[in-house]
Amino acid sequence: MGFLDINNVTKAYGSVEVLHQVDISVEEGEFLVLVGPSGCGKSTLLNMIAGLESISSGEICIKDRVMNGVHPSRRNIAMVFQSYALYPNMTVGQNITFGLEMHGTPKADRDKAMADVAKLLQIENLLTRKPGQLSGGQRQRVAMGRALVRNPDVFLFDEPLSNLDAKLRVDMRTEIKKLHQKLGTTIVYVTHDQIEAMTLSTRIAVMYNGYVQQLGTPKEIYDSPANLFVATFMGSPAMNVLQSRLEDRNGALHAVIRDASGQDIALRIENAPAAYAAYTGREVMLGIRPEAITDPEGADRNARNIQALTNIVSVTEPAGADTFVTMTLSGKDCIARMRADAEAHPGQSFDFAVNMDKAVLFDPKTEDRII
Amino acid sequence: MAAASTETAIRSSRFARVLIYLVLLLFALFYLLPLGIMVVNSLKPLSEITGGNMVALPRDWTIAPWLSAWSTAQIGVEPTGLRPYFINSIVMAVPAVMLSTIVGALNGYVLTKWHFRGATIIFGLLLFSCFIPFQIVLIPMARILGILDIAGTTSGLILVHFVYGIGFTTLYFRNYYAAFPTELVRAAQIDGAGFFQIFWRIMLPSSGPIIAVSFIWQFTNIWNDFLFGASFASGGSAPMTVALNNLVNSSTGVREYNVHFAGAIMAAAPTLLVYIVAGRYFVRGLMAGSVKG
Repeated sequence: MGFLDINNVTKAYGSVEVLHQVDISVEEGEFLVLVGPSGCGKSTLLNMIAGLESISSGEICIKDRVMNGVHPSRRNIAMVFQSYALYPNMTVGQNITFGLEMHGTPKADRDKAMADVAKLLQIENLLTRKPGQLSGGQRQRVAMGRALVRNPDVFLFDEPLSNLDAKLRVDMRTEIKKLHQKLGTTIVYVTHDQIEAMTLSTRIAVMYNGYVQQLGTPKEIYDSPANLFVATFMGSPAMNVLQSRLEDRNGALHAVIRDASGQDIALRIENAPAAYAAYTGREVMLGIRPEAITDPEGADRNARNIQALTNIVSVTEPAGADTFVTMTLSGKDCIARMRADAEAHPGQSFDFAVNMDKAVLFDPKTEDRII
Repeated sequence: MAAASTETAIRSSRFARVLIYLVLLLFALFYLLPLGIMVVNSLKPLSEITGGNMVALPRDWTIAPWLSAWSTAQIGVEPTGLRPYFINSIVMAVPAVMLSTIVGALNGYVLTKWHFRGATIIFGLLLFSCFIPFQIVLIPMARILGILDIAGTTSGLILVHFVYGIGFTTLYFRNYYAAFPTELVRAAQIDGAGFFQIFWRIMLPSSGPIIAVSFIWQFTNIWNDFLFGASFASGGSAPMTVALNNLVNSSTGVREYNVHFAGAIMAAAPTLLVYIVAGRYFVRGLMAGSVKG
């Protein structure tokens, strides 16, 4: 049993099931991120943990206490909303202490708790202002202060950064991570932004269509995606997925793809999992992250299996730190991530290095990774 | 060349502006004419009115008609003036306005933030009550007032106006609260606030404009109502509108037009005052939610 247990939870509106058999166990101090596109059920799941939506079947337990039907205020949770949901008629100080007041905490204790939180978040000078007089970042801090002051068992964040501008979002992301490291609290965090998910979490649950597609550490999710959806949703630019054929050449497995001129290119696979054998001679989807395709000098020195590939460059996009190079492989655009000073030019041939250690194969029918 | 044409443009736009203001001023004067004539004639001795010119300013300024209308004029059979009826109207309107506003606010809060089965139908029925003509309610209402034993009293009138107003106030508050962020209610729930705490501490403090709308609308309707007043209140408990009618229609003696004018202004004064004081909230409240801001 974990700290927060979600056991076989489903949610249905009438006969429409929007969340199917979700099973997640969160340990104390973990930072779990629920990530997925709009309508995948992540916010619904969060609202069910908060008690704002009823649970159709299954159980949610916090500290081994079943929470089904327990009022939100009795679950010892705190929530930060996307719109911050600060009470417009109250000052920042009153906003922060409202929850304590409702729980009957004496005034002196409330003021002390407020002072502590204000100091932690550096909002001491804002306490007498109204939410309407604050900037987006300040409102965000106040919303976190309101959650922190209650000292809850579990923090719930519902897309807290999506209303901020790009720069502030990155700053606040770091700030949330710092806060988590400092306080060691248990956090469930909903976002549709895969970078937030990767950077903040200790574990990620990727959700789609009401199912948890994969639950794992950021590294597991990124390097060993369970299926094509997870593979393409996580990572930016997205993983290249190429139609290819698995062939046995001279006793070694090769993934065969076509270059821009229609010529076959065979990429050797080493240390192939046993399951690959069954796919020999069949179509498979080859998944390669953009950073696994580089110029030969920029290739990962620790990689054991680097395959050469020569192809025509169609577009280059310098992005400062990296240059993204697009080429056509197996009839689709394929993006490679290079050093900024790699000498790739549109229309010219270029020698690429493919790190096949990082390549993954998917079954084209089930879209699951072949392991 | 360019400068000259700019100058011409400014000059012609200034000319257009003056023209517009002149026309508007004319409309405003025309609109104020009835009120002006009422005020002028309420400050004349009766002889000047019967003598002929109603539009002319008084030769002898006097407030005697006002004093008479307020405290000594013949209302029906009693020479009490309008004062007791003015008080009746206030005693009737204030509680009825407050009750219907509070219940409307509660209805709006429940209908938008606490979804329950049949909410849309209930709101539809409440809306329907806005469109029921007064006359249809008269007989059933008389029966109910009789059963409750408050027929012919000010309490009875308060009940009638309170119930009749709920439809309108609910409509206002429901539409206002529909645009009120539900996340605030959820945050308050997690903070541990109960149903009424959320209402008093979160919703009502943010409802200023719509409270003003509800207040003005209800006050104007209740104060100006004649039909319910004439039907359900009798004699000493009649509201101002009914008393004014009785003043004007008293058949004994000469018709004191100057006193009638003074009485009519007294009857209209409170609603005018409410509009002047809270009018800007009225427009603001009606517009609320239509634009983001």
